[in-house]
Amino acid sequence: MSGEKRIRAILAGLAVVAARPGEAAQRLTREKGKPLVGVLPYYAPEEIAHAAGMLPVGVWGGTADASMAGHYFPPFACPLVKSALDLALRGVYDGLAAMIVPALCESLTFFGQNFRAARPDIPFVPVVHPQNRRTPEGVAYLRAEYEKVRDRLAEIAGREVTAADLDRAIGIFNDHRRAMRAFLEEAPRHPSLVSPRVRHAVAKSAYYMDKADHAALVGELTGLLKSLPEESGAGKRVVVTGIMAEPEGLLDLFEEVGLEIAADDLAQESRAFRTDVPDGGDPLERLARRWSLVEGCSLAFDPGKERNRILLDLVRNSGARGLVVLMMQFCDPEEMDYPLYRKEFDAAGVPVLHLEVEPRMSLEQARTRLQSFAEMI
Amino acid sequence: MSDNVTSKQLLDHYARKVYADAAEAKAAGRPVGWSTAIVPQEFFETMDLPLVYPENHSAVISARKRALGFLERAEGYGYHADVCGYMRVNFGYLLDGARGDDDVPPAPVPDFVVCCNNYCTMIVKWYENLAKELGVPLFMIDMPYNPEGAVDEARVRYIRAQFDRLVGQLEDLTGRSFDRERFREVMEISRENARLWKQAFALVGHVPSPANGFDFYNYLTLMVFMRGRAETTEVLRLWIREMEGKIARGEGPFRDAEEKYRIMFDGIACWPQLAHTAKVFRSYGINITGSNYPDGWAVQYETGDLDGMARAYASVCNNMSLERAVEKRVEIIRQGRCDGAVYHMNRSCKVMDFTTYEVQRRVFAETGAPYITFDGDQADPRVFVAAQFDTRVQALVEMMESRKEAER
Repeated sequence: MSGEKRIRAILAGLAVVAARPGEAAQRLTREKGKPLVGVLPYYAPEEIAHAAGMLPVGVWGGTADASMAGHYFPPFACPLVKSALDLALRGVYDGLAAMIVPALCESLTFFGQNFRAARPDIPFVPVVHPQNRRTPEGVAYLRAEYEKVRDRLAEIAGREVTAADLDRAIGIFNDHRRAMRAFLEEAPRHPSLVSPRVRHAVAKSAYYMDKADHAALVGELTGLLKSLPEESGAGKRVVVTGIMAEPEGLLDLFEEVGLEIAADDLAQESRAFRTDVPDGGDPLERLARRWSLVEGCSLAFDPGKERNRILLDLVRNSGARGLVVLMMQFCDPEEMDYPLYRKEFDAAGVPVLHLEVEPRMSLEQARTRLQSFAEMI
Repeated sequence: MSDNVTSKQLLDHYARKVYADAAEAKAAGRPVGWSTAIVPQEFFETMDLPLVYPENHSAVISARKRALGFLERAEGYGYHADVCGYMRVNFGYLLDGARGDDDVPPAPVPDFVVCCNNYCTMIVKWYENLAKELGVPLFMIDMPYNPEGAVDEARVRYIRAQFDRLVGQLEDLTGRSFDRERFREVMEISRENARLWKQAFALVGHVPSPANGFDFYNYLTLMVFMRGRAETTEVLRLWIREMEGKIARGEGPFRDAEEKYRIMFDGIACWPQLAHTAKVFRSYGINITGSNYPDGWAVQYETGDLDGMARAYASVCNNMSLERAVEKRVEIIRQGRCDGAVYHMNRSCKVMDFTTYEVQRRVFAETGAPYITFDGDQADPRVFVAAQFDTRVQALVEMMESRKEAER
C-alpha cells in the first residue's frame, strides 16, 4: 500500500470511530474483554481506570435532543452535560462499570449529582480537583482524591491496583499524548489530507479506542505524513479555541470557506494532550502533579490569566491569521475568559471571530460569519 | 444610640457605615479588600483589614433599580448575558469608574481580592478577572465541593494548610504579625453571632411569625459584612428581643393583615423586583418563614478549633450533596412550619438551579408542601415576568388552601 493510501485508510478508520463513538466503545469492550468506564471532561485521572484493567471512554454528550434531561436541568444548562444526562436516561450508558465525574465547573458538579439521582445503578466516581493546585497542600489533597478513585475502581474491578499498574498506565497515556502532539503539529502541513473535520476525528477517536492502539496508529500516521512534502496550502490558517468543535458539520464549513486549522486550544483536543504526567516517585502523586502543570485552560485556576498570552502566542507561532472562538453555549468558564483575551487580541490587532455553538445551532448563519471572517483575514 | 432605637434602624446605620468605613480606610492609605460573601472573615477582622463584598454591593444596586446600566456596560465589554448578574453589575460598576451616588454605595477599588468558593464555582473566574484587570493580589481559599455529603479529612487538611498560608500572606501584605489572641476573640464573637443568627431563625418559625417577608434577607447584610464584630451581636440581640416581644404580645408579621400562608422562599431574592414579589405575597397573606439562603452564614464551630472552622466553612449548603440540600430544606420547612415553597429559578445562580428540580421533587415527597418555581434573577431585571410570577403564586395559594382544607 502506498503511503498516501495507507494514510487515507487510517484516517477513514478513525473517522468511523469518531462518527459513531457508541458503537466503537461496544466494539472495544468486546475485543479487549474489559469493562468500560465513562469519563466526563476535564482532566480526569483516566490512567487509574486503565490501571484497574478497565477501558476509559469519553462522555462528551452528542445528541441534539436533550428533552429527557429537562427533568433535571433547566433550559439554560450547558448542552454538553444536558446531552450526557439525556443519553444516560435513555440507557446509552447501561453496562458501564462506573462513571468518573470531575467537578471543574458548575455544570459538571451538578451533572454528577443529577446523574447519581437518575442512574443510581451505575457507580458514580466523583473527583473534585483543587484550585490552589500548585501548592504542596493542593497536590496532597488531589492525591487523596485520586486514592479514593483508585480504591473505588479497584473494588468495582475486584482486583488490586498496584503502583506498577499505575506506572504502566501513566507510561501508555504519556506516550499517547506525545503521539497526539506530534500529529497535531504535523497535520497543518497537509491540509488536503487532513481537513478540519479529519483532524478533529483523529483527536476525538482517542476517547473511544485503547490508548496504546490509538497511539500506534497515530504514530504511524504522523510518520507517513512526514514522509510527504509539505503542501503549499491555499487556505487561510486560523486557531480555534473553546471546549469542542461540534456539532457535526461545523468543521466542514471551515473547509468550505477556505479556513485551515493551524492549531487548536480546544478542551477536547490539544488541552487534553498538552500536559504529560511528570516523572518520578509515587504514581498517584505524579498524576496529581499533572494538574499543577496545566496552563492556559479556563477550568484551571489562573490568577495571572496566562491563557491570554498562551493563546496569542499560539496564534502567532502557528502562522495563523486569526482566532475562531467556538463558544459553547452557557459555558461560564469560557465565557468569563473571553473578554480578557479578546482585549489583548484587539490590542495586538489579531482578528477574532466569536461563534456561539450548541447542538441545534444554525449552520447557515455560522457559514455566513465564517465566510466573512475568511474574507477579512 | 438612644434606647428607643430599633434593630432595623441600627441595621441601616451599620449597612451604610460599612461602605463609608471602607472608603475612609482607602482614603487613609490602608489596604481595602473585595471578598466573596462567605469567606473566613476571622483572618481579615483579626488583621483589621476592611473588606467590601461585591455581591452585597450588586444586590443593593439591583434592589435600587440601578443594575441595568451596569449590566449593559459589562455586556458591551464582552461579558455574556448568561453569566452571573452580580458579576456583571460589579464589572459594570468598575468600568463606569467605581463611583458611588445616592443609590450606589461607594465601594472603593480594592487593593487585594479574596475568593472562597464554598458556595459558588464560577466565582473563581470572577475573582481571577478582578485580580488581572485591577492588577491586585488574589488570596484564593479553595473549599472543594463535597459530592457525597461529608467533608473528609483530606479536605480539612487542605483547607487548614490554606489558612496557614493566608496568615503569612496577610502578614506580608500589612507588615504586621498575626495576633493569635485577637484571633480567638474574633472567633468567639463570630461563634456567638452564628448562634444568635440560628436563634433568630428559630423565632421566625413561630406561629404567627414575628418576622415579615424578606426581613432576614435584610439582616443578612450584617452577617456578610460584620460577622466577626460586636456590633452585630448587639443588633441580633435587639432583633431577637423585638421578636420575642411580638411573640409574647401575639403579634404577627403584618400590621394590617393576617398571616394566612407561610412559605419557604428558596434562593436569593429577586432584588430588581423585590417590591413586586413582596406585594404579591402580602396580597395573599403569604409570609416567608424559611429560606435556605440566609442559613449559609450560620457558620458554627468551637473557638480555637481551626479544623472545625475549616469543616464549617466547607459545609455551606451549596457546597454539599443533593441529599444534604434536600435534608436542609425539609428541616427549614419543618422549622418554619411552611405550608408551601417558592423556588426562585435564579438565572444567575446555577449552583442552586441545576439541582432545583430534583430537590423540589424530593422535598415535596418528604413534606407534602406544594411548591412553585418562577423565573427571575438576583440582579438582571430583564429575566422576571410579572404575569408568570403572579399566576404561579395564585396557583400555589390554591394548592396550599386545598391542602389546608383536606387537613381540617
